[in-house]
Amino acid sequence: MYFESLSAVLQMDGHGGFVWSAYLITLVVIVYILYAPRRREQRFLRQLRGQIRRNSGAAAPVREES
Amino acid sequence: MWSFFHKLGSPPWLYRISGSILRWLLPLTLLALVAGSVWGLLFTAPDFRQGNSYRIIYIHVPAAVVALAGYYVMAIAGAVSLIWRMKMADIAMRACAPIGAALTFVALVTGSIWGKPTWGTWWVWDARITSMLILLFLYLGVVALYEAYENKALAAKACAVLSLVGTVNIPIIYKSVDWWYSLHQPASIKFTGGSTIDPSMLYPLLFMIVTFYALFTCSLLLNMRAEILQREARTGWVRRLAGEREPG
Amino acid sequence: MNTLSTPVFCGLLLRRQLVLGLRKPIEIGNPLLFFAMVIALFPLGLGPAPDTLAVFAPGILWIVALLSNLLSSDGVFRSDFEDGSLEQLLLAPQPLYFSALAYVLAQWLLTGFLLALLSPLFAVMLGLDAAAIPALAASLLLGTGVLSLVGGIGAALTVGLQRGGMLISLLILPFYMPVLIFGSGAVQAALAGASAAPYLAILGAMLCMAVALAPAAIAAGLRISVDA
Repeated sequence: MYFESLSAVLQMDGHGGFVWSAYLITLVVIVYILYAPRRREQRFLRQLRGQIRRNSGAAAPVREES
Repeated sequence: MWSFFHKLGSPPWLYRISGSILRWLLPLTLLALVAGSVWGLLFTAPDFRQGNSYRIIYIHVPAAVVALAGYYVMAIAGAVSLIWRMKMADIAMRACAPIGAALTFVALVTGSIWGKPTWGTWWVWDARITSMLILLFLYLGVVALYEAYENKALAAKACAVLSLVGTVNIPIIYKSVDWWYSLHQPASIKFTGGSTIDPSMLYPLLFMIVTFYALFTCSLLLNMRAEILQREARTGWVRRLAGEREPG
Repeated sequence: MNTLSTPVFCGLLLRRQLVLGLRKPIEIGNPLLFFAMVIALFPLGLGPAPDTLAVFAPGILWIVALLSNLLSSDGVFRSDFEDGSLEQLLLAPQPLYFSALAYVLAQWLLTGFLLALLSPLFAVMLGLDAAAIPALAASLLLGTGVLSLVGGIGAALTVGLQRGGMLISLLILPFYMPVLIFGSGAVQAALAGASAAPYLAILGAMLCMAVALAPAAIAAGLRISVDA
């Protein structure tokens, strides 16, 4: 460990603001590129489930192509 | 060999296999991201000229490297989809563009933040920065073209052509921007050349580059899974999948 | 039915495009008028001091040439796409590669070529040193060829879209940047008293590469757009 205390880690000899904001922005982007496709997939599956349920709820004997 | 290609072209197979890859790759990548950041932020000595601000290198350089490599991945996927008409390749190509744009954005923003304490300014028209900015425009162009087409199969083809044109052009753009900068270079600023890096700083950097490649792969697979489901919405296996996951 | 040989077919296509262009002189005049008007904006924005203008003149002339080329390249295939003759062209037995080249050549003759011929006039208005004018005209002559070819790729990819106009500039402006760098570099070199030949040689090399590769991309783009 290079730094002695937590405040030294946060300060980084006056460069802390730059370093930590760079890491924070990167973190936000990484979370976004991992979370956005996941959410798209979940939302699509939810929509499809709703669609299937509506079709089966109608209990139509003839399965129509949507 | 050929059966492998046929499997690669099969959406359900790719969906299943990507799920089992992500199950271990995603946690591993996140762990490595944390480990690499802690290593770079806390366990390396500061640079003797730039002090602690150089620690941004551990995200800046990996993001830039992977952003550039991502363009080539996109172009190769585009070529595969144009030549062999492989549906999975154009899904991969389409997935590359937003991830590449996001990583290019990270490289630009972190570079700019790094520039402030180092050179005293947020932005300089340096050769590398300018090239990265152009790369961002190239990525956004592909995204814009894809969104403009109604028919997504044609959109993917058009983007494949555009990304191949980009692949031919990127070396030209890089070389000419490099040359342009050497012509106009202000005497006081010189970033390139003579940069030797100590092994104690190099190892965490290499570690982070590998981690960012893994991150790119994870996001690519996640994007492809979402895209596969949407394109295959009418097939039986997707409908069964939606049924299986029904919570109630 | 006997088919025309490829050179004859392309010659006819070129003549058709030129005749169509010449029938509407306003359409030819538009990019040139645009060029003149934007040039007139710079003294208004930067101030009329001749020294300042002369310093920026190489960059200004090249950027404006680039923009006027961009505007005109949007329309290369538009009217033929709308009336269906593009579809006929795709069905023709002659290779699309050469037909695309004929289209771009016609567009270049009516915009880039005329622009290069008229550029000395605007260069004088901006106070560019007379020594740099041959370099400007030569660099524009070579450079606009590359711009037309690259612009053709953008036009081919966006011709089937409703709102192609803005999109095409997003797609192809990044590819215009090397041409801008070396084009204005040639003029600046001539201003500084050095030879512009190396820059012109690089522009020539870019033109050769664009002639070899761009028509293939244009052909692929046209096939996609006509499918849409």
